[in-house]
Amino acid sequence: MTRKQIFWTKLKRILRTGFFNFWRDSTVTLASVLMMMVTLLVIGLISFSSAILDTTLTELKNKIDINVTFITSANEKDILDIKHTIESLPEVLLVTYVSRDEALALFKARHSGDQSILSALDELGENPLGAVLNIRARDPSQYASVAEFLESGDALSSGGLTIIDRINYFQNKAAIDKLARIIASADRLGFALAFFFAIISVLIAFNTIRLTIYLARDEISVMRLVGASTTYIRGPFVVVGIIYGVVAGLLTLFLLLPLTYWLGSTTESFFIGFNIFSYYLRHFLEIAFIVMVSGVFIGALSSALAIRKYLKI
Amino acid sequence: MIVFDRVSKIYPDSSVALNEVSLSIEPNEFISIVGPSGAGKTTLLKLFLAEEKPTDGAVYYESANIHTLNRKEIDAFRRRVGMVFQDFRLLLNKTVYENIAFTMEAAGRTDEEVESDVPHVLELVDLTPKIWNFPRELSGGEQQRVAIARALVNEPDIIIADEPTGNLDPANTYDIVQILKKINNLGTTVILATHNKGIIDLLQRRVVAMERGRVVRDDRAGKYFV
Repeated sequence: MTRKQIFWTKLKRILRTGFFNFWRDSTVTLASVLMMMVTLLVIGLISFSSAILDTTLTELKNKIDINVTFITSANEKDILDIKHTIESLPEVLLVTYVSRDEALALFKARHSGDQSILSALDELGENPLGAVLNIRARDPSQYASVAEFLESGDALSSGGLTIIDRINYFQNKAAIDKLARIIASADRLGFALAFFFAIISVLIAFNTIRLTIYLARDEISVMRLVGASTTYIRGPFVVVGIIYGVVAGLLTLFLLLPLTYWLGSTTESFFIGFNIFSYYLRHFLEIAFIVMVSGVFIGALSSALAIRKYLKI
Repeated sequence: MIVFDRVSKIYPDSSVALNEVSLSIEPNEFISIVGPSGAGKTTLLKLFLAEEKPTDGAVYYESANIHTLNRKEIDAFRRRVGMVFQDFRLLLNKTVYENIAFTMEAAGRTDEEVESDVPHVLELVDLTPKIWNFPRELSGGEQQRVAIARALVNEPDIIIADEPTGNLDPANTYDIVQILKKINNLGTTVILATHNKGIIDLLQRRVVAMERGRVVRDDRAGKYFV
Protein backbone atom coordinates (compact mmCIF):
# COMPACT_ATOMS: atom_id res chain seq x y z
CA MET A 1 0.00 0.00 0.00
CA THR A 2 1.19 3.53 -0.72
CA ARG A 3 1.30 6.12 2.07
CA LYS A 4 -1.84 7.72 0.66
CA GLN A 5 -3.72 4.42 0.62
CA ILE A 6 -2.59 3.68 4.17
CA PHE A 7 -3.88 7.08 5.28
CA TRP A 8 -7.32 6.62 3.68
CA THR A 9 -7.68 3.05 4.92
CA LYS A 10 -6.81 4.19 8.45
CA LEU A 11 -9.22 7.14 8.28
CA LYS A 12 -12.01 4.92 6.97
CA ARG A 13 -11.46 2.41 9.78
CA ILE A 14 -11.36 5.11 12.47
CA LEU A 15 -14.62 6.66 11.20
CA ARG A 16 -16.33 3.29 10.90
CA THR A 17 -15.28 2.23 14.41
CA GLY A 18 -16.42 5.61 15.77
CA PHE A 19 -19.86 5.28 14.18
CA PHE A 20 -20.25 1.70 15.43
CA ASN A 21 -19.26 2.67 18.97
CA PHE A 22 -21.71 5.57 18.93
CA TRP A 23 -24.50 3.32 17.73
CA ARG A 24 -23.82 0.28 19.91
CA ASP A 25 -23.23 1.93 23.30
CA SER A 26 -26.78 3.22 23.31
CA THR A 27 -27.04 3.97 27.05
CA VAL A 28 -23.74 5.80 27.17
CA THR A 29 -24.61 7.61 23.95
CA LEU A 30 -27.99 8.74 25.29
CA ALA A 31 -26.50 10.02 28.55
CA SER A 32 -23.67 11.86 26.79
CA VAL A 33 -25.90 13.44 24.16
CA LEU A 34 -28.35 14.65 26.83
CA MET A 35 -25.58 16.17 28.94
CA MET A 36 -24.06 17.79 25.89
CA MET A 37 -27.48 19.21 25.01
CA VAL A 38 -27.65 20.92 28.39
CA THR A 39 -24.28 22.52 27.69
CA LEU A 40 -25.23 23.64 24.20
CA LEU A 41 -28.58 24.94 25.42
CA VAL A 42 -26.74 27.10 27.96
CA ILE A 43 -24.40 28.35 25.24
CA GLY A 44 -27.38 29.06 22.95
CA LEU A 45 -29.26 30.93 25.68
CA ILE A 46 -26.15 32.95 26.50
CA SER A 47 -26.05 34.21 22.92
CA PHE A 48 -29.72 35.20 23.36
CA SER A 49 -29.13 36.92 26.66
CA SER A 50 -26.45 39.17 25.22
CA ALA A 51 -28.84 40.10 22.39
CA ILE A 52 -31.63 40.77 24.88
CA LEU A 53 -29.33 42.98 26.92
CA ASP A 54 -28.11 44.84 23.86
CA THR A 55 -31.59 45.52 22.52
CA THR A 56 -32.91 46.57 25.91
CA LEU A 57 -29.98 48.90 26.48
CA THR A 58 -30.39 50.47 23.05
CA GLU A 59 -34.08 50.97 23.72
CA LEU A 60 -33.37 52.52 27.12
CA LYS A 61 -30.70 54.79 25.68
CA ASN A 62 -33.17 55.98 23.05
CA LYS A 63 -35.56 56.96 25.80
CA ILE A 64 -33.09 59.36 27.40
CA ASP A 65 -33.15 62.94 26.10
CA ILE A 66 -32.91 66.59 27.19
CA ASN A 67 -35.74 69.03 26.80
CA VAL A 68 -34.89 72.72 26.60
CA THR A 69 -38.04 74.81 27.21
CA PHE A 70 -38.01 78.43 26.03
CA ILE A 71 -39.83 81.36 27.50
CA THR A 72 -43.14 82.13 25.81
CA SER A 73 -41.89 85.44 24.43
CA ALA A 74 -38.94 83.83 22.65
CA ASN A 75 -38.64 84.52 18.99
CA GLU A 76 -38.92 81.45 16.72
CA LYS A 77 -35.93 82.56 14.62
CA ASP A 78 -33.71 82.75 17.73
CA ILE A 79 -34.81 79.29 18.76
CA LEU A 80 -34.03 77.86 15.32
CA ASP A 81 -30.58 79.54 15.47
CA ILE A 82 -29.95 77.80 18.77
CA LYS A 83 -31.17 74.53 17.29
CA HIS A 84 -28.64 74.95 14.53
CA THR A 85 -25.81 75.62 17.02
CA ILE A 86 -26.69 72.56 19.11
CA GLU A 87 -26.85 70.37 16.02
CA SER A 88 -23.27 71.24 15.23
CA LEU A 89 -22.06 69.69 18.53
CA PRO A 90 -20.33 66.34 17.92
CA GLU A 91 -22.08 64.66 20.89
CA VAL A 92 -25.54 65.47 19.58
CA LEU A 93 -27.38 62.92 17.48
CA LEU A 94 -30.68 64.65 16.85
CA VAL A 95 -32.46 67.90 17.76
CA THR A 96 -36.21 68.18 17.31
CA TYR A 97 -38.08 71.48 17.44
CA VAL A 98 -41.53 71.56 19.01
CA SER A 99 -43.27 74.92 18.43
CA ARG A 100 -45.56 76.52 21.04
CA ASP A 101 -48.66 75.45 19.14
CA GLU A 102 -47.41 71.89 18.80
CA ALA A 103 -46.53 71.84 22.49
CA LEU A 104 -50.05 72.94 23.33
CA ALA A 105 -51.58 70.33 21.05
CA LEU A 106 -49.41 67.63 22.63
CA PHE A 107 -50.36 68.82 26.11
CA LYS A 108 -54.03 68.74 25.27
CA ALA A 109 -53.74 65.31 23.73
CA ARG A 110 -51.92 64.03 26.81
CA HIS A 111 -54.59 65.36 29.17
CA SER A 112 -57.56 64.71 26.93
CA GLY A 113 -59.28 62.75 29.71
CA ASP A 114 -58.77 65.41 32.36
CA GLN A 115 -61.52 67.97 31.99
CA SER A 116 -60.41 70.24 34.85
CA ILE A 117 -56.97 70.83 33.30
CA LEU A 118 -58.46 71.51 29.90
CA SER A 119 -60.96 74.03 31.27
CA ALA A 120 -58.24 75.74 33.30
CA LEU A 121 -56.29 76.08 30.07
CA ASP A 122 -59.29 77.64 28.32
CA GLU A 123 -59.73 80.14 31.14
CA LEU A 124 -56.15 81.32 30.68
CA GLY A 125 -57.07 82.43 27.19
CA GLU A 126 -53.54 82.30 25.83
CA ASN A 127 -51.00 79.54 25.27
CA PRO A 128 -48.92 79.25 28.46
CA LEU A 129 -46.44 76.79 26.97
CA GLY A 130 -43.05 77.68 25.56
CA ALA A 131 -41.45 76.09 22.52
CA VAL A 132 -39.22 73.08 23.19
CA LEU A 133 -36.01 71.70 21.72
CA ASN A 134 -35.68 67.99 22.26
CA ILE A 135 -32.03 66.91 22.21
CA ARG A 136 -30.79 63.36 21.86
CA ALA A 137 -27.11 62.55 22.43
CA ARG A 138 -25.17 59.74 20.83
CA ASP A 139 -24.44 58.20 24.22
CA PRO A 140 -26.11 58.66 27.67
CA SER A 141 -22.79 59.72 29.23
CA GLN A 142 -22.60 62.73 26.89
CA TYR A 143 -25.70 64.48 28.24
CA ALA A 144 -23.69 66.18 30.94
CA SER A 145 -21.46 68.03 28.49
CA VAL A 146 -24.42 68.95 26.30
CA ALA A 147 -26.24 70.37 29.32
CA GLU A 148 -23.16 72.30 30.43
CA PHE A 149 -22.88 73.82 26.99
CA LEU A 150 -26.52 74.92 27.13
CA GLU A 151 -26.04 76.47 30.57
CA SER A 152 -22.95 78.45 29.74
CA GLY A 153 -23.28 79.36 26.07
CA ASP A 154 -23.85 83.03 25.19
CA ALA A 155 -25.19 81.71 21.94
CA LEU A 156 -28.29 80.77 23.79
CA SER A 157 -29.34 84.25 24.67
CA SER A 158 -30.83 86.93 22.58
CA GLY A 159 -29.65 90.50 23.23
CA GLY A 160 -28.03 89.62 26.56
CA LEU A 161 -31.24 88.13 27.98
CA THR A 162 -31.57 84.39 28.21
CA ILE A 163 -34.59 83.01 26.40
CA ILE A 164 -34.31 79.58 28.05
CA ASP A 165 -36.95 78.93 30.66
CA ARG A 166 -35.57 75.61 31.93
CA ILE A 167 -33.49 72.59 30.99
CA ASN A 168 -34.94 69.38 32.33
CA TYR A 169 -31.54 67.64 32.33
CA PHE A 170 -30.80 68.89 35.82
CA GLN A 171 -34.05 67.48 37.14
CA ASN A 172 -33.42 64.21 35.32
CA LYS A 173 -29.70 64.13 35.96
CA ALA A 174 -29.86 61.75 38.91
CA ALA A 175 -32.08 59.32 37.05
CA ILE A 176 -29.95 59.51 33.92
CA ASP A 177 -26.72 58.95 35.85
CA LYS A 178 -28.21 55.98 37.64
CA LEU A 179 -29.42 54.46 34.41
CA ALA A 180 -26.01 54.93 32.79
CA ARG A 181 -24.41 53.13 35.73
CA ILE A 182 -26.96 50.32 35.66
CA ILE A 183 -26.41 49.87 31.94
CA ALA A 184 -22.66 49.63 32.38
CA SER A 185 -22.82 47.17 35.27
CA ALA A 186 -25.53 45.04 33.63
CA ASP A 187 -23.20 44.71 30.70
CA ARG A 188 -20.36 43.56 32.93
CA LEU A 189 -22.49 41.30 35.11
CA GLY A 190 -24.12 39.72 32.06
CA PHE A 191 -20.75 38.90 30.60
CA ALA A 192 -19.43 37.48 33.87
CA LEU A 193 -22.53 35.32 34.39
CA ALA A 194 -22.46 34.06 30.82
CA PHE A 195 -18.80 33.19 31.16
CA PHE A 196 -19.41 31.41 34.47
CA PHE A 197 -22.30 29.31 33.13
CA ALA A 198 -20.41 28.49 29.96
CA ILE A 199 -17.44 27.21 31.98
CA ILE A 200 -19.65 25.13 34.30
CA SER A 201 -21.56 23.54 31.47
CA VAL A 202 -18.41 22.78 29.48
CA LEU A 203 -17.00 21.08 32.59
CA ILE A 204 -20.16 18.98 32.92
CA ALA A 205 -19.89 17.86 29.29
CA PHE A 206 -16.20 17.15 29.73
CA ASN A 207 -16.82 15.00 32.80
CA THR A 208 -19.57 13.03 31.10
CA ILE A 209 -17.28 12.18 28.22
CA ARG A 210 -14.51 11.40 30.68
CA LEU A 211 -16.84 8.88 32.33
CA THR A 212 -17.62 7.19 29.01
CA ILE A 213 -13.91 6.81 28.37
CA TYR A 214 -13.37 5.58 31.91
CA LEU A 215 -15.92 2.83 31.15
CA ALA A 216 -13.84 1.84 28.12
CA ARG A 217 -10.48 1.84 29.96
CA ASP A 218 -10.10 -1.97 29.88
CA GLU A 219 -10.76 -2.04 26.18
CA ILE A 220 -8.22 0.73 25.66
CA SER A 221 -5.61 -1.31 27.54
CA VAL A 222 -6.37 -4.35 25.36
CA MET A 223 -5.98 -2.22 22.24
CA ARG A 224 -2.64 -1.02 23.57
CA LEU A 225 -1.49 -4.58 24.26
CA VAL A 226 -2.29 -5.80 20.76
CA GLY A 227 -0.01 -3.04 19.51
CA ALA A 228 -2.55 -0.52 18.18
CA SER A 229 -1.01 2.90 17.64
CA THR A 230 -2.08 5.94 19.65
CA THR A 231 -3.91 7.51 16.69
CA TYR A 232 -5.71 4.29 15.95
CA ILE A 233 -6.99 3.98 19.53
CA ARG A 234 -7.76 7.64 20.11
CA GLY A 235 -9.29 8.30 16.66
CA PRO A 236 -12.61 6.47 17.14
CA PHE A 237 -13.13 8.08 20.57
CA VAL A 238 -12.63 11.54 19.09
CA VAL A 239 -15.04 10.61 16.28
CA VAL A 240 -17.63 9.55 18.87
CA GLY A 241 -17.08 12.86 20.72
CA ILE A 242 -17.68 14.77 17.49
CA ILE A 243 -20.85 12.78 16.76
CA TYR A 244 -22.10 13.54 20.30
CA GLY A 245 -21.51 17.22 19.54
CA VAL A 246 -23.26 17.14 16.16
CA VAL A 247 -26.29 15.17 17.36
CA ALA A 248 -26.64 17.22 20.56
CA GLY A 249 -26.20 20.42 18.52
CA LEU A 250 -28.97 19.49 16.06
CA LEU A 251 -31.31 18.46 18.87
CA THR A 252 -30.58 21.70 20.73
CA LEU A 253 -31.30 23.85 17.67
CA PHE A 254 -34.54 21.96 17.16
CA LEU A 255 -35.51 22.25 20.84
CA LEU A 256 -34.88 26.00 20.79
CA LEU A 257 -37.73 26.45 18.27
CA PRO A 258 -40.65 25.59 20.60
CA LEU A 259 -38.76 27.00 23.59
CA THR A 260 -38.24 30.45 22.07
CA TYR A 261 -41.74 30.39 20.56
CA TRP A 262 -43.17 29.79 24.02
CA LEU A 263 -41.00 32.54 25.54
CA GLY A 264 -41.59 34.92 22.63
CA SER A 265 -44.54 36.98 23.88
CA THR A 266 -43.19 37.08 27.45
CA THR A 267 -39.85 38.49 26.33
CA GLU A 268 -41.59 40.94 24.02
CA SER A 269 -43.52 42.60 26.85
CA PHE A 270 -40.70 42.34 29.39
CA PHE A 271 -37.72 43.46 27.31
CA ILE A 272 -39.19 46.40 25.38
CA GLY A 273 -40.08 44.85 22.04
CA PHE A 274 -37.52 42.06 21.99
CA ASN A 275 -39.14 38.88 20.68
CA ILE A 276 -36.79 35.96 21.32
CA PHE A 277 -38.52 33.74 18.75
CA SER A 278 -38.22 36.19 15.88
CA TYR A 279 -34.64 36.94 16.97
CA TYR A 280 -33.89 33.19 16.80
CA LEU A 281 -35.36 32.88 13.31
CA ARG A 282 -33.56 35.99 12.08
CA HIS A 283 -30.18 34.91 13.50
CA PHE A 284 -30.63 31.16 12.99
CA LEU A 285 -27.47 30.62 10.93
CA GLU A 286 -25.34 32.56 13.39
CA ILE A 287 -26.70 30.67 16.43
CA ALA A 288 -26.55 27.32 14.60
CA PHE A 289 -22.90 28.01 13.82
CA ILE A 290 -22.08 28.85 17.46
CA VAL A 291 -23.94 25.80 18.83
CA MET A 292 -22.59 23.29 16.30
CA VAL A 293 -18.99 24.49 16.50
CA SER A 294 -19.13 24.48 20.32
CA GLY A 295 -20.59 20.95 20.28
CA VAL A 296 -17.98 19.53 17.93
CA PHE A 297 -15.15 21.34 19.69
CA ILE A 298 -16.20 20.29 23.21
CA GLY A 299 -16.85 16.69 22.10
CA ALA A 300 -13.58 16.22 20.26
CA LEU A 301 -11.41 18.01 22.81
CA SER A 302 -12.99 16.26 25.82
CA SER A 303 -12.42 12.83 24.24
CA ALA A 304 -8.88 13.61 23.21
CA LEU A 305 -7.99 14.93 26.68
CA ALA A 306 -9.82 12.26 28.68
CA ILE A 307 -8.27 9.33 26.84
CA ARG A 308 -4.67 10.47 27.38
CA LYS A 309 -4.49 8.96 30.85
CA TYR A 310 -5.39 5.47 29.60
CA LEU A 311 -2.95 5.47 26.71
CA LYS A 312 0.10 5.39 28.94
CA ILE A 313 0.35 1.58 29.11
CA MET B 1 15.49 -15.28 21.94
CA ILE B 2 14.12 -13.79 25.15
CA VAL B 3 16.45 -13.02 28.04
CA PHE B 4 15.56 -11.84 31.54
CA ASP B 5 18.81 -10.56 33.03
CA ARG B 6 18.78 -10.28 36.84
CA VAL B 7 15.39 -8.63 36.76
CA SER B 8 13.87 -7.25 39.96
CA LYS B 9 10.54 -5.54 40.42
CA ILE B 10 9.63 -3.76 43.62
CA TYR B 11 6.21 -2.08 43.65
CA PRO B 12 5.69 1.35 45.28
CA ASP B 13 4.24 -0.34 48.39
CA SER B 14 7.68 -2.04 48.79
CA SER B 15 6.35 -5.49 47.94
CA VAL B 16 8.97 -7.47 46.03
CA ALA B 17 7.33 -9.12 43.00
CA LEU B 18 10.55 -10.30 41.34
CA ASN B 19 13.95 -10.78 42.91
CA GLU B 20 16.91 -11.00 40.50
CA VAL B 21 15.26 -13.36 38.07
CA SER B 22 17.46 -14.60 35.21
CA LEU B 23 15.91 -16.70 32.50
CA SER B 24 16.38 -17.30 28.80
CA ILE B 25 13.82 -18.67 26.36
CA GLU B 26 14.82 -20.06 22.96
CA PRO B 27 12.78 -19.57 19.80
CA ASN B 28 10.06 -22.24 19.26
CA GLU B 29 10.16 -23.27 22.90
CA PHE B 30 7.01 -24.14 24.87
CA ILE B 31 7.72 -22.98 28.40
CA SER B 32 5.38 -23.15 31.37
CA ILE B 33 5.86 -20.84 34.31
CA VAL B 34 4.28 -22.27 37.42
CA GLY B 35 3.91 -21.22 41.01
CA PRO B 36 1.34 -20.16 43.58
CA SER B 37 -0.51 -16.84 43.36
CA GLY B 38 1.86 -13.97 44.13
CA ALA B 39 4.93 -15.90 42.94
CA GLY B 40 5.62 -13.26 40.28
CA LYS B 41 4.42 -15.05 37.12
CA THR B 42 2.15 -12.26 35.89
CA THR B 43 4.72 -9.57 36.76
CA LEU B 44 7.28 -11.45 34.67
CA LEU B 45 4.91 -11.41 31.67
CA LYS B 46 3.99 -7.75 32.22
CA LEU B 47 7.66 -6.82 32.17
CA PHE B 48 8.12 -8.69 28.91
CA LEU B 49 5.20 -6.79 27.34
CA ALA B 50 6.54 -3.44 28.57
CA GLU B 51 3.38 -2.95 30.66
CA GLU B 52 5.66 -2.50 33.66
CA LYS B 53 9.26 -1.31 34.02
CA PRO B 54 11.79 -3.35 36.03
CA THR B 55 13.25 -1.78 39.16
CA ASP B 56 16.56 -3.39 38.28
CA GLY B 57 17.95 -5.57 35.50
CA ALA B 58 16.86 -5.77 31.86
CA VAL B 59 14.63 -7.76 29.54
CA TYR B 60 15.88 -8.44 25.99
CA TYR B 61 14.10 -9.64 22.91
CA GLU B 62 16.40 -10.43 19.99
CA SER B 63 19.13 -8.41 21.72
CA ALA B 64 16.97 -5.26 22.07
CA ASN B 65 16.27 -4.00 25.58
CA ILE B 66 12.47 -3.84 25.65
CA HIS B 67 12.37 -1.02 28.17
CA THR B 68 14.43 1.36 26.09
CA LEU B 69 12.08 1.13 23.09
CA ASN B 70 10.07 4.20 22.15
CA ARG B 71 6.27 4.28 21.76
CA LYS B 72 6.28 3.23 18.09
CA GLU B 73 8.78 0.45 18.68
CA ILE B 74 6.74 -0.86 21.61
CA ASP B 75 3.60 -0.94 19.43
CA ALA B 76 5.51 -2.77 16.69
CA PHE B 77 7.01 -5.21 19.20
CA ARG B 78 3.60 -5.99 20.72
CA ARG B 79 2.24 -6.83 17.27
CA ARG B 80 4.80 -9.68 17.17
CA VAL B 81 3.43 -11.08 20.43
CA GLY B 82 0.01 -12.73 20.77
CA MET B 83 -1.63 -12.55 24.18
CA VAL B 84 -4.21 -14.71 25.91
CA PHE B 85 -5.51 -13.78 29.38
CA GLN B 86 -7.49 -15.58 32.05
CA ASP B 87 -10.34 -13.04 31.72
CA PHE B 88 -10.23 -13.16 27.88
CA ARG B 89 -10.16 -9.34 27.55
CA LEU B 90 -12.18 -9.18 24.36
CA LEU B 91 -13.58 -5.88 23.08
CA LEU B 92 -17.14 -6.20 24.33
CA ASN B 93 -18.91 -3.96 21.84
CA LYS B 94 -17.31 -5.67 18.85
CA THR B 95 -18.36 -8.93 17.23
CA VAL B 96 -16.06 -11.97 17.09
CA TYR B 97 -15.10 -10.97 13.55
CA GLU B 98 -14.38 -7.36 14.56
CA ASN B 99 -12.33 -8.40 17.59
CA ILE B 100 -9.96 -10.32 15.40
CA ALA B 101 -10.10 -7.82 12.55
CA PHE B 102 -9.15 -5.03 15.00
CA THR B 103 -5.81 -6.68 15.75
CA MET B 104 -5.09 -7.06 12.05
CA GLU B 105 -6.12 -3.49 11.28
CA ALA B 106 -3.96 -2.22 14.13
CA ALA B 107 -1.05 -4.03 12.48
CA GLY B 108 -1.78 -2.17 9.24
CA ARG B 109 -3.04 -5.16 7.25
CA THR B 110 -5.17 -4.58 4.14
CA ASP B 111 -8.95 -5.07 3.97
CA GLU B 112 -8.46 -8.06 1.66
CA GLU B 113 -6.11 -9.74 4.14
CA VAL B 114 -8.58 -9.11 6.98
CA GLU B 115 -11.47 -10.56 4.97
CA SER B 116 -9.59 -13.72 4.10
CA ASP B 117 -7.64 -14.34 7.33
CA VAL B 118 -10.35 -13.80 9.96
CA PRO B 119 -12.61 -16.66 8.79
CA HIS B 120 -9.54 -18.84 8.36
CA VAL B 121 -8.27 -18.35 11.91
CA LEU B 122 -11.78 -18.87 13.32
CA GLU B 123 -11.92 -22.17 11.49
CA LEU B 124 -8.66 -23.08 13.22
CA VAL B 125 -10.25 -22.62 16.67
CA ASP B 126 -13.53 -24.14 15.48
CA LEU B 127 -15.70 -21.02 15.93
CA THR B 128 -16.89 -20.29 12.40
CA PRO B 129 -20.62 -20.38 13.31
CA LYS B 130 -20.11 -17.65 15.95
CA ILE B 131 -18.39 -15.17 13.66
CA TRP B 132 -21.08 -12.43 14.02
CA ASN B 133 -21.80 -12.97 17.72
CA PHE B 134 -20.81 -10.53 20.46
CA PRO B 135 -18.59 -11.80 23.31
CA ARG B 136 -21.50 -11.69 25.80
CA GLU B 137 -23.29 -14.28 23.66
CA LEU B 138 -20.44 -16.80 23.97
CA SER B 139 -19.47 -19.32 26.67
CA GLY B 140 -16.16 -18.93 28.56
CA GLY B 141 -14.48 -21.60 26.43
CA GLU B 142 -15.67 -19.93 23.23
CA GLN B 143 -14.49 -16.52 24.38
CA GLN B 144 -11.06 -17.94 25.15
CA ARG B 145 -10.92 -19.47 21.69
CA VAL B 146 -11.71 -16.06 20.19
CA ALA B 147 -8.88 -14.64 22.28
CA ILE B 148 -6.54 -17.32 20.94
CA ALA B 149 -7.67 -16.64 17.36
CA ARG B 150 -6.97 -12.96 17.95
CA ALA B 151 -3.53 -13.77 19.33
CA LEU B 152 -2.76 -15.99 16.35
CA VAL B 153 -4.04 -13.96 13.45
CA ASN B 154 -0.99 -11.75 12.99
CA GLU B 155 1.24 -14.85 12.96
CA PRO B 156 3.20 -13.73 16.02
CA ASP B 157 6.65 -14.95 16.97
CA ILE B 158 5.53 -15.52 20.54
CA ILE B 159 2.26 -16.38 22.26
CA ILE B 160 1.89 -15.43 25.90
CA ALA B 161 -0.88 -17.12 27.83
CA ASP B 162 -1.51 -15.93 31.39
CA GLU B 163 -3.68 -18.53 33.18
CA PRO B 164 -5.67 -19.09 29.98
CA THR B 165 -7.63 -21.95 31.50
CA GLY B 166 -8.25 -20.36 34.89
CA ASN B 167 -11.93 -19.73 34.17
CA LEU B 168 -12.60 -22.89 32.14
CA ASP B 169 -13.92 -26.39 32.87
CA PRO B 170 -11.66 -29.45 32.29
CA ALA B 171 -12.98 -30.18 28.78
CA ASN B 172 -12.38 -26.61 27.59
CA THR B 173 -9.01 -26.57 29.37
CA TYR B 174 -7.96 -29.65 27.43
CA ASP B 175 -9.05 -28.04 24.13
CA ILE B 176 -7.12 -24.84 24.82
CA VAL B 177 -3.96 -26.75 25.72
CA GLN B 178 -4.22 -28.77 22.51
CA ILE B 179 -4.58 -25.57 20.49
CA LEU B 180 -1.51 -24.06 22.21
CA LYS B 181 0.48 -27.21 21.45
CA LYS B 182 -0.58 -27.07 17.82
CA ILE B 183 0.51 -23.43 17.61
CA ASN B 184 3.88 -24.34 19.10
CA ASN B 185 4.32 -27.19 16.64
CA LEU B 186 3.82 -24.68 13.83
CA GLY B 187 6.92 -22.82 15.05
CA THR B 188 5.64 -20.20 17.54
CA THR B 189 7.24 -19.74 20.97
CA VAL B 190 4.64 -20.26 23.70
CA ILE B 191 4.98 -18.90 27.23
CA LEU B 192 2.29 -20.25 29.52
CA ALA B 193 1.77 -19.07 33.08
CA THR B 194 -0.45 -21.36 35.11
CA HIS B 195 -1.00 -23.10 38.40
CA ASN B 196 -2.96 -25.91 36.88
CA LYS B 197 -1.01 -29.08 37.66
CA GLY B 198 -2.95 -31.16 35.13
CA ILE B 199 -1.86 -28.99 32.23
CA ILE B 200 1.84 -29.28 33.06
CA ASP B 201 1.68 -33.03 33.39
CA LEU B 202 -0.15 -33.19 30.08
CA LEU B 203 2.40 -31.05 28.25
CA GLN B 204 5.69 -32.69 29.22
CA ARG B 205 7.61 -29.55 28.25
CA ARG B 206 10.00 -27.15 30.01
CA VAL B 207 8.72 -25.95 33.40
CA VAL B 208 10.04 -22.96 35.32
CA ALA B 209 8.82 -22.90 38.92
CA MET B 210 8.65 -19.60 40.78
CA GLU B 211 8.18 -18.80 44.43
CA ARG B 212 8.16 -15.43 46.16
CA GLY B 213 9.67 -13.64 43.17
CA ARG B 214 12.47 -16.12 42.49
CA VAL B 215 12.99 -18.97 40.04
CA VAL B 216 13.31 -22.05 42.24
CA ARG B 217 13.45 -24.74 39.56
CA ASP B 218 13.93 -25.00 35.80
CA ASP B 219 13.18 -28.44 34.31
CA ARG B 220 13.55 -29.25 30.64
CA ALA B 221 10.61 -31.72 30.63
CA GLY B 222 9.21 -31.09 34.00
CA LYS B 223 6.33 -31.95 36.16
CA TYR B 224 4.43 -29.63 38.45
CA PHE B 225 5.50 -30.06 42.03
CA VAL B 226 5.72 -26.65 43.61
